[in-house]
Amino acid sequence: MRYIPLTDEDRQAMMATIGIEDIDELFADVPAEFRYPDLALPAPMTEMEIMRELDMRAAENANLREFASFLGAGAYNHFVPAIVDTVLSRGEFYTAYTPYQPEISQGTLQAAFEYQSMVAALTGMEVVNASHYDGSTAVAEAAIMAVNIQRHKRRTIIISPTLHPQYRAVLRTYTQGMALNIIGDETADNDFHTLIEMCDKDTAAVIVQNPDFLGQLHTPQEMQDLADAVHARGALLVVSTDPIALGLLKPPGEYDADIVTAEGQGLGNSLSFGGPYLGIFAFRKKYMRKSSGRLVGETIDADGKRGYVLTLSTREQHIRREKATSNICSNQALNALAAAAYLAAMGKQGLRKVAELTWHKSHYAARQIDQLEGYEVMEELPFFKEFVVRCPRPVAEINRYLLEEYGIIGGYDLSQDYPSLGNAMLLCVTEMNAREEIDDLVTALDEANAPHIRLNLEASL
Amino acid sequence: MKFDDYIYDLSSPGRTGIDLPDPDVPETPIPAELLRDELPLPELSLVQVARHYLRLSQKNYAVDKGFYPLGSCTMKYNPKVNEWAARLPGFTAVHPLQDPETVQGAMGLMYELQEMIGEIAGFDAVSLQPAAGAHGEFTGVLIMRAAQLARGETQRHKILVPDSAHGTNPASTSMAGFTAVQIPSDKDGNVNIQALKAALDDEVIGIMVTNPNTLGLFESQIAEVCDLVHEAGGLVYGDGANLNAIMGIARPGDLGIDVMHFNLHKTFSTPHGGGGPGSGPVGVTAELASFLPGPIVALNEEEGLYEWRHPEKSIGRIKSFYGNFGVMVKAYVYIKMHGAQGLREVSEIAVLNANYIQARILQMGDYPVPYGHRRCKHETVAQGKIPNADGVRTLDIAKRLIDYDFHPPTIYFPLIVHEALMIEPTETEDKETIDAFLDALDKIAEEARKDPDLLHGAPYNAPTRRLDEVRAARQPVLIRLPDAKVAT
Repeated sequence: MRYIPLTDEDRQAMMATIGIEDIDELFADVPAEFRYPDLALPAPMTEMEIMRELDMRAAENANLREFASFLGAGAYNHFVPAIVDTVLSRGEFYTAYTPYQPEISQGTLQAAFEYQSMVAALTGMEVVNASHYDGSTAVAEAAIMAVNIQRHKRRTIIISPTLHPQYRAVLRTYTQGMALNIIGDETADNDFHTLIEMCDKDTAAVIVQNPDFLGQLHTPQEMQDLADAVHARGALLVVSTDPIALGLLKPPGEYDADIVTAEGQGLGNSLSFGGPYLGIFAFRKKYMRKSSGRLVGETIDADGKRGYVLTLSTREQHIRREKATSNICSNQALNALAAAAYLAAMGKQGLRKVAELTWHKSHYAARQIDQLEGYEVMEELPFFKEFVVRCPRPVAEINRYLLEEYGIIGGYDLSQDYPSLGNAMLLCVTEMNAREEIDDLVTALDEANAPHIRLNLEASL
Repeated sequence: MKFDDYIYDLSSPGRTGIDLPDPDVPETPIPAELLRDELPLPELSLVQVARHYLRLSQKNYAVDKGFYPLGSCTMKYNPKVNEWAARLPGFTAVHPLQDPETVQGAMGLMYELQEMIGEIAGFDAVSLQPAAGAHGEFTGVLIMRAAQLARGETQRHKILVPDSAHGTNPASTSMAGFTAVQIPSDKDGNVNIQALKAALDDEVIGIMVTNPNTLGLFESQIAEVCDLVHEAGGLVYGDGANLNAIMGIARPGDLGIDVMHFNLHKTFSTPHGGGGPGSGPVGVTAELASFLPGPIVALNEEEGLYEWRHPEKSIGRIKSFYGNFGVMVKAYVYIKMHGAQGLREVSEIAVLNANYIQARILQMGDYPVPYGHRRCKHETVAQGKIPNADGVRTLDIAKRLIDYDFHPPTIYFPLIVHEALMIEPTETEDKETIDAFLDALDKIAEEARKDPDLLHGAPYNAPTRRLDEVRAARQPVLIRLPDAKVAT
C-alpha cells in the first residue's frame, strides 16, 4: 500500500526472525488504555484523486501569474529563471539530509560553500552562514548573538521603527525569557539621531533596516555615521537589507555593519504564501566562534584533494547542548541552494539589471501616482522598490476597487503598523511589473477617488 | 590556485546566463553616492550553470539513490506527487499578505492540516508557524513558560531534559533564557523516576520528553512521568521527532503530554532538502491553546470563510507570515493519501523493520545492542564495538558502509550509548535492501577483525576520501572569492 514495499511473505519472514506472531506484539509496552485510538481522518485518496483536489484548491487562490500585484512588505515578486527549479528538482539535492557524512554530501556542501561566498560578495561581509529560517528569525538570532558577544553585560537592543514590524515582533517573541530591554520603536518618528541618543553602555546592538520597511534608502554616508556612533558607544550595528537592492547599492559591509541579515526569498525563491524563505546571515569574522547556524568550510581529504565539511560545530546544539550559541538544527538549505543557483545564473550583470529595472519602474510608478489628485508619495529620502502613498480613502477600500475592477492586487495597508501615517499604502514595484500594469494601477487609483465610485465603495463596505 | 569545478573559477568577464528586457519606462537617474563600486559575482553561461549543479548533485547520496537509515531523521521516501502539488502556481505564486478572500484555497489547506495533525497526536489546537523541529521546541518552551506566568508561577525557570534527549532540547531551553536540568535514564532506557522525583520542585516549568525516546524505546512509564510532573505543577513537552513510530498506535495528547512539535519533514514525508526547509508545527491541549503563536487559520462558520486569528494570550509571532507553507502542502497530500489506517500501517511497518534489524544484529553478535532485551520502536541503537577488532571505531564502520553504497546510520548519538550506531530504516524500504545493509554490516565486522586499517582508511568509493574535519575547524576557510579574499 502506498509507499510500503513489504509483501505478506516478507512480513511473515521478518516476524519469524523477530520471534513474534503478530505485529501487535511490538506495541505491548504501550499502555493498553491508550493503544490504537480511532483517528477521525478523511478516507484515504489515490494519487489521481488527490491531484484533482489539489488542482481545485490551488485554483481557489488568486495567483500572480494571473493578477498584477504591487504587494511587497517583506515578500517579493521577483523573476525566477527556470534553471533554479531544475536544480532544486534533482533528487540528489532535495532528498538528502543535513550533510553529516561529508564524503557523500559534497554536492550539498560545495553548493552551500559557494552560497556563502557569493552572499559574502553581495553583502561585503567576511562570513556568511548556511542560512536561518527567514529574514525575521535572522534578526532575532543576530540580537541574541550580539548579547552573547557582549557576554550578557549589555542587555539593551535598540530597534528602528522602520525595521519590518513582523521582524520586531519575532525579536520580542524570541527574547521574552531573556529579560532584555528592547527599545527604539516607540514612535514611527524615531530617526537614526534618536536611536544614537538612546545608545548607551547597556546597548548590545542597534538594529536598522536599509532599504527600510517603507522602502526608504539611507545613504552610505548616513549609514557610516550611524555605524561610527554605535561603535563609539561599544555596541554592534545590525543591518537588515534586501539582497536584490545590493545588485546596485553600496553593501552594508562597506559601511561597517557588524552583522547583516536579510530576507533572501527574492533570490530565486517563489512567494509560496509566505514560506519556505531564506534567512541570510553574515558577519565579521572576529565573531565567527560566537555565531549561530551551520557553517561550511573548506578542507582536504586523505589524498590531499580539496573538499568541504560542516565546521566550527563546537558552537552547535548536537555537541554543546545547553551551551550552544543557538538551537538551529534544520535550516533552509534548499532555499539557499535556490539563491546560489539564482546568483550563478544571473551573475554580475543580471543581478545589477534586476535592481536597475526595479529602480526605474518603481520610480516611474511613484512619479505617476504622485501627480494624481488626492494621492501623495511620502518618500523624502531616496527609495528602492517600495514607497508609501498617502491615499484619499482607507487603503482597504481602494484595494477592493483595484481587485474587483482591474484584477490588480494593491499595496500593503500600513494603517495597523503605522497608524500615524493615516491612510497610507506601501506599494512595491519590481522588474515583473510591465509598464501597462503600472499605468493601469495609476488609472485605477485615480478612478477609486472619483466621487461616484467613492459612494459605491462606501455603500459596499 | 584554480579549481575547475568551483563556481568562481568557471567565470569569464562578460558572460551572463539570463537576459533581461530593457526598461519599458522612462529611466530615473540613480544618485552616484548610493552605488556600489564592484559586484564580485561570477559570470557564467546558462550551460555552465546547468552542468555545474548537475555535477554537484551527483556527488550527493540521497534517499532517491538508496538506503539512508539515519537514526532520528526518518529518511523515508519523498513522494513525487507532493512535489507536484507544492509547485502548482496557485500555491507558489501567491503572496502571503493578499486579502484572505483571495487565498481561501491555501488557508483551507492549512486549516485542514491543523485539524488532521491535531487529531493524529491528540491535541486541541495547532499552530503551523514554526519552521523546523528545533523552532517548534523553542516555541513549546516559550508556551510552557507563558502558561506558568499566567498561573502566577513566576519563580519557575527550570526545564528538565532527559540525558537521552536531542541536543536541541537543552539548546532551545537555554536560548529561551531558562535553565536546563539533566535527568538520567534508568537501566531500561526510560526516564529515571527516582531522579525525576528528586528534581521536581516549584522552580520547574516542565519536562521535555521524547517518546519513543532516542534509544528507540517507548517510555513505558510515560503516564507516570506526566502525572508526577503535573502534580508538581509542571507541564510536559513532547519532542515529536519520533512520531513515525506511533501514528494510530498512541496519541501523545492522550498520554498526558501538554505541548508537542511535529516534524513534517520526518513523519509526513516532506524532503529534508540537504538540511531544510523543514516544518515544525506545535500542538497543544485546550488549556494552552490561547498561548500559541499566531496567526492561525480559523473557520468563520457563519460566513463560510477561513480567517486569520491571533490567540488571545499568544507568546507572539515566531516567524514572519505563517510558516513554511510549501512544506505544509506536501504533508497535507501525504496525510490525505494515507488516512487513519494507512498511517497506522506506516508506523507498524517502520517498527517491524527496526525490530527485524535489531533481531538480526543480535543474531550476528558483532555489534552490541545495549537495550536489545526490549522491543524497539522505529529505530534501534547498536554499538560499533566489534569484538577482536582493535582500534576500529563507529566512525570507521560508518565510513566503510559508504563503500557498500549505504548512507551510514546516525553515529555517536544518543550520547549515553558509547560508540552509538543509531539505525532507523523507516517503512519505505524493501526487505532485500534491508538484508543487503545487514549483510554489509556483517562483512564489515569480518573486515574489521582481519584488516582494521582497511576500515581506518575508508571510504574508497566515494567522491572524496575521508575529509580532515580538524583542519577545517582549526584553519577555517568559510568563503573563497577570486581576489583571494578568504575568510580565515
